[in-house]
Amino acid sequence: MDFISILSIFVLACFVGYYVVWSVTPALHTPLMAVTNAISSVIIVGALIAAAAADVPGAKWLGLLGIVLASVNIFGGFAVTARMLAMYKKKEKK
Amino acid sequence: MRRLLLAAPFAVLAAPAHASTGEAVNPWVALAYLVSGVFFILALRGLSSPATSRTGNRFGMIGMLIAVVTTLVTHMPQKVGDVANSYVGPDFASLGEILVAIAIGAIIGITIARRIAMTAMPELVAAFHSLVGLAAVLVGWAAYLNPGAFGLLVGDSIGAVSKVEMGLGIAIGAITFSGSVIAFAKLSGRMSGSPILLPARHVINLGTLAAIIVLTALFAMAGPSETMPLIIALTVLAFVIGFLLIIPIGGADMPVVVSMLNSYSGWAAAAMGFTLGNTAMIITGALVGSSGAILSYIMCRAMNRSFISVIAGGFGADDSGAGGGEAKEQRPYKQGSAADAAFMLEQAEKVIIIPGYGMAVAQAQHALREMADMLEEKGVEVKYAIHPVAGRMPGHMNVLLAEAQVPYENVFELEDINSEFAQADVAFIIGANDVVNPAAKTDKSSPIYGMPVFDVDKAKQVFFIKRSMGGVGYAGVDNDVFYMDQTMMLLSDAKKMVEEIVKALD
Repeated sequence: MDFISILSIFVLACFVGYYVVWSVTPALHTPLMAVTNAISSVIIVGALIAAAAADVPGAKWLGLLGIVLASVNIFGGFAVTARMLAMYKKKEKK
Repeated sequence: MRRLLLAAPFAVLAAPAHASTGEAVNPWVALAYLVSGVFFILALRGLSSPATSRTGNRFGMIGMLIAVVTTLVTHMPQKVGDVANSYVGPDFASLGEILVAIAIGAIIGITIARRIAMTAMPELVAAFHSLVGLAAVLVGWAAYLNPGAFGLLVGDSIGAVSKVEMGLGIAIGAITFSGSVIAFAKLSGRMSGSPILLPARHVINLGTLAAIIVLTALFAMAGPSETMPLIIALTVLAFVIGFLLIIPIGGADMPVVVSMLNSYSGWAAAAMGFTLGNTAMIITGALVGSSGAILSYIMCRAMNRSFISVIAGGFGADDSGAGGGEAKEQRPYKQGSAADAAFMLEQAEKVIIIPGYGMAVAQAQHALREMADMLEEKGVEVKYAIHPVAGRMPGHMNVLLAEAQVPYENVFELEDINSEFAQADVAFIIGANDVVNPAAKTDKSSPIYGMPVFDVDKAKQVFFIKRSMGGVGYAGVDNDVFYMDQTMMLLSDAKKMVEEIVKALD
């Protein structure tokens, strides 16, 4: 993809992010941080590409280490978010 | 042209996007990453209410699954035959290594997520940020060492634009990493929360940032043989600046710092997305980047601090003697017992509880919820009022109350409940201090002047649970609420006091 197309996606996504995040209820700001943490680990894509290419061993090992770190974040981030969200309960009707 | 074909089942999807070979990006692959990005948007959208949030979190997981599977399928590790470029088949040993790496991360991540105490969420989030940062540095370096695999080659060297993106990605990643490590150390008490102020730190910081920018430019323009020392210097300097930026920031400003590092981790992912031309990464990076920036803004506004002054650091020293001075005159105050408090709470029609971090430190939230339940059974209306800086990170207090099974409908934000104090019979302050200090409204010389606070002075009766009259809040200022006519000080450990009230209510 050329630079301008990528930049367009980026700028538009910033605006989407702006409006979506303002609509997040303040009560859920901690889960918001936990889940953004998890999704920013989509950087694992880069680590997977590096680890899959066998031709440069140094890059492959960096990639594998990157996969471990990003996976900690992905699984840990989504799991801890799920754990928090499960605690938010409505009032029990008596 | 190192890899020509992939195994038959993947033939449709498989078209490695090598710029050097002139192959176009497979539209299906690009579409898959786009779908993954849209799922991430939906994940954040779900958080607009607790009712939809769990679905949102699942959308996030689906998005991640799509991104990972797409990458694995299109970049299936290949065996290379004896003859150069001859195709042998997928390299399952290599795929195995990748799956093992994912499994190791998964086990560590899930174990931590299950065990972590909710009070420790800020340091957990800081630690997670540092991992994103370090992963970005590793990916940037891997792309530098093996540009062919990432499709970054123009001729036989990396394109200048790619090098700028790569340099920025590594720099932001490294700053996120070392900054988060310091934030983690400060939040978890492994390092003192008081600011460490180097002489001439602003000159050092600005100089280092300028050096990073210059190095990125030099790196982009350098010939293929000269880039290595530049990228090493760039990486090292970025690690150093992340460290220098966070050490002067005091404990009280950590909510802003955690949000800011959240933002950085997003920008690091976005920079890597630019390098790889990957829409999922760019969309996510932009989302996370704006999310962290907005949260930093909300936290700054809640403390009436400008972002610049937070970054400049120096605030929130533990030994801050601002406001009042040592020779404080002894002012009269009323002290009450748990029985007095219980009696008046029972008589009340409407009680507003203002919890602060001190409540969480004392682990009083469960006892507090028990107290609220008993009052509700007696027909008292109970609401919780949360200041944005009530916890150690944005929304932290809400999580702590949710953990104590306080229904979220009873929990209100500052601006939604502040007008209700005039109708409240009791304002019940537990573990909070600065957020109810009227000096923020009236005293221009106060360090917390301008910070939005709860109008507890409008309530008919104020109960203030506090360990002793000695300690003052984070900002180190005296609080007029202690000495008001309608205030009753309940001097005790928060948990013990609430448990005694519960007993007295029985």
